[in-house]
Amino acid sequence: MGFAASVPGPHLPVQEVAQWEPVLPGLIILLPLLGFVVNGVLALRSAARSSAALRAGTEWDPFAGPARPRTHTLPTWIGPGVMFVAFVLALWNFAGMYGAELHDPVVVRYWTWIVTGNLQIDAAIQLDQLSMIMLLVVTGVGFLIHVFSVGYMKDDTGYPRYFAYLNLFVFFMLVLVMGAGYAMMFIGWEGVGLCSYLLIGYWFTDREKSDAGKKAFIVNRIGDLGFLLAMFLLFQAFGTLDFGPIFEGAEGRLAAGGATVTAITLLLMLGAAGKSAQVPLHVWLPDAMAGPTPVSALIHAATMVTAGVYMVARSSVLYALAPTSQAVVAGVGVLTALLAATIALQQHDIKKVLAYSTVSQLGFMFLGAGVGAFTAAIFHLMTHAFFKALLFLGAGAVIHAMHHALHRADSHEDAQDMRNMGGLKDRMRITWVVMWVATLAIAGIWPLAGFFSKDEIIWYTAAWAGAPSNPFGTLYTVYWLVALVTAMLTAFYMTRLMVMTFHGESRVDRNARPHLHEAPRVMWVPLAILAVLSVFGGWVNVPEPLAESFLGLFGALPMSEWLHHWLEPVTHDAAAIQTAALGEPAYRAPLVGGGEFAWALASTLAAAVVVLAALRALGGRKYVAAARDAAVSGGLRGILANKWYFDEAFDAGIVRPVLAASRWCWKVVDTVLIDGFVNFVGNFTRLAGWTVSLFQTGQANTYAFVLTLGVLLVLGAAVFL
Amino acid sequence: MLAYALLLSAALFVIGTLGVIVRRNAIIIFLSIELQLNAVNLAFVALSRYTGIEGQLFVFFVMTVAAAEAAVGLAIIISIFRHYKTVNVDRFNLLKW
Repeated sequence: MGFAASVPGPHLPVQEVAQWEPVLPGLIILLPLLGFVVNGVLALRSAARSSAALRAGTEWDPFAGPARPRTHTLPTWIGPGVMFVAFVLALWNFAGMYGAELHDPVVVRYWTWIVTGNLQIDAAIQLDQLSMIMLLVVTGVGFLIHVFSVGYMKDDTGYPRYFAYLNLFVFFMLVLVMGAGYAMMFIGWEGVGLCSYLLIGYWFTDREKSDAGKKAFIVNRIGDLGFLLAMFLLFQAFGTLDFGPIFEGAEGRLAAGGATVTAITLLLMLGAAGKSAQVPLHVWLPDAMAGPTPVSALIHAATMVTAGVYMVARSSVLYALAPTSQAVVAGVGVLTALLAATIALQQHDIKKVLAYSTVSQLGFMFLGAGVGAFTAAIFHLMTHAFFKALLFLGAGAVIHAMHHALHRADSHEDAQDMRNMGGLKDRMRITWVVMWVATLAIAGIWPLAGFFSKDEIIWYTAAWAGAPSNPFGTLYTVYWLVALVTAMLTAFYMTRLMVMTFHGESRVDRNARPHLHEAPRVMWVPLAILAVLSVFGGWVNVPEPLAESFLGLFGALPMSEWLHHWLEPVTHDAAAIQTAALGEPAYRAPLVGGGEFAWALASTLAAAVVVLAALRALGGRKYVAAARDAAVSGGLRGILANKWYFDEAFDAGIVRPVLAASRWCWKVVDTVLIDGFVNFVGNFTRLAGWTVSLFQTGQANTYAFVLTLGVLLVLGAAVFL
Repeated sequence: MLAYALLLSAALFVIGTLGVIVRRNAIIIFLSIELQLNAVNLAFVALSRYTGIEGQLFVFFVMTVAAAEAAVGLAIIISIFRHYKTVNVDRFNLLKW
């Protein structure tokens, strides 16, 4: 890193404000890679021992001896350790950037990676306000989840392999958020996809789980195609893939609302939809729950799936130039939010509910990014990382307890099915409390984190709907209404999850009940920290109209609008373009009027009412344990329980036709046409050979005769022709 | 004069060729081959009158080869006769596949 050189933005004058020098930014990225290498070597050694034992006809149990082997103790320190150091470094850099009041991104170039024609790609990272927020979320939440994993994966034979993958994932995620161009971002983008695949199929001996990994990978490929095409178009338009020149030159080179910028942004959105599980490419995320639960928390809730939102926010200038794409992004987002929320109403698997909830919240983020509220989208991304990681880890603690208890009781009931739970609150006090915190946060109850961030998104949808020259004003109004309804659904399905899991009578197998226990300290401490963040995380961006009212504790909440100001240098250009094109947003709800304060108050009250009503309505309900629950729901319930038949539609519309076409290619093209032609050539040659061989009589006279005839022919030709 | 000599040579060659194709007795075929060779020799000698001594020179080579061939060929025919008790070439079709 000695040859790192920071390049200030070109148009900045030699500044009075000291340009800030990042502290070892490369090391932040390299630390998780180091962790991957060390843990990977340990994993290989453990695998070598295990396969040697298999060859010898025995089995190697790493937990059999009095002490665990070193391959299973070292990752405990290395895995979370590198994350901790990376987090501290990130904080250090954050403090530096905070003090420096940075205006332009700091780009650190390490080496030139690819030069071909006029394409040059540098291995360069970029530090600015946006990547700093992502950096803190990824390393901070990532560290907590690594710690939780120590407890959760303790008894898994693949322990070192698990941490190797997890570290590798963080490495790629950091490349994604710190890359200084679309090419670097794409490396991280593909890398996290790979790690996602590896971790979903972590228990690869289970066919269903490895299939889920494949599904995630393949669906992501479709999105990646969009990303790639967008990169080609960007290169064609700008001659570079670096962020700096693209965003500075975008206004000059691309016509606002023109075909090029619309195509670029739509293709980028296709990529984002794949990675961030937006309709119709959302189908992989619920299946991704096959992986270990901390993986679901880290990759499929807090970080990787938000990469699409990050990418849209990063490309904010391009999106601001393409109002049509913005409307599409917002539309896809709000549709996803609604569909996923409705599906979550009828799921029984605790992780499936959370998975659909994640899809739904990602939809909210896209809604925010789509209507141009990039700050609100990133804000929700951040708070969502806190409370959704908390929910998943809490669910992990529940599954962990259920699994152990059922295992002790030799019961084969499903440890993840909420119909087999109930009444866990007496056994798992801490988990119960922190899960409620997260539930209230996601439901948008004041003053928890989710209230402020979700309200921001919904409010900006309403505000931009009323912008004077917004061509999609009516559409935005619809988005706003749907978002409001979805927010209420969120409150309902989360309360349902809590009731079915923790309240009511216990439906746990009678023999297993006494074995239920609270999670060990290494697991609940991260939960507690995340719970604190879920409470206070929203206070970094209390909107101005709320800050002075009692919803902002009359100005007592610190850091009002902080995130907004912090991200200003990143979102400023996009906001200027958008305001110029659409006019000032009307800070007034469409149709009925009312300001942000009124609607925030109304929505949090409504959410609270929904939570209480759901508690009353569902609290007294008797659920039937999964094994005895034969009820097949019909009507709308059936549709929701079957996830709007997305999988079936894909199966009928794509998978089966592709299979049929493949079979046709096999049976007709290959077997009949290609094989037929090859066999024909072979048979023809054999037949011709047989025919000609008839002339070989073995009779010397005949040969002499033919020879003479030939000579005569040749001579005759020579003489007469 | 040359035309007569060449006509005689051609006639002898055709007779020899027909003999090789038509006759079945290996000895006769052998004689026919000798006839062909000598027809060629005749042409050589006749032509050497106009082109130079090389034609006559070549005749000696042909005669040498013919003598060697006669020795080897007769040996093969005797060997065949010992095996098959006949020298009828219709009976020999070993040169097949």
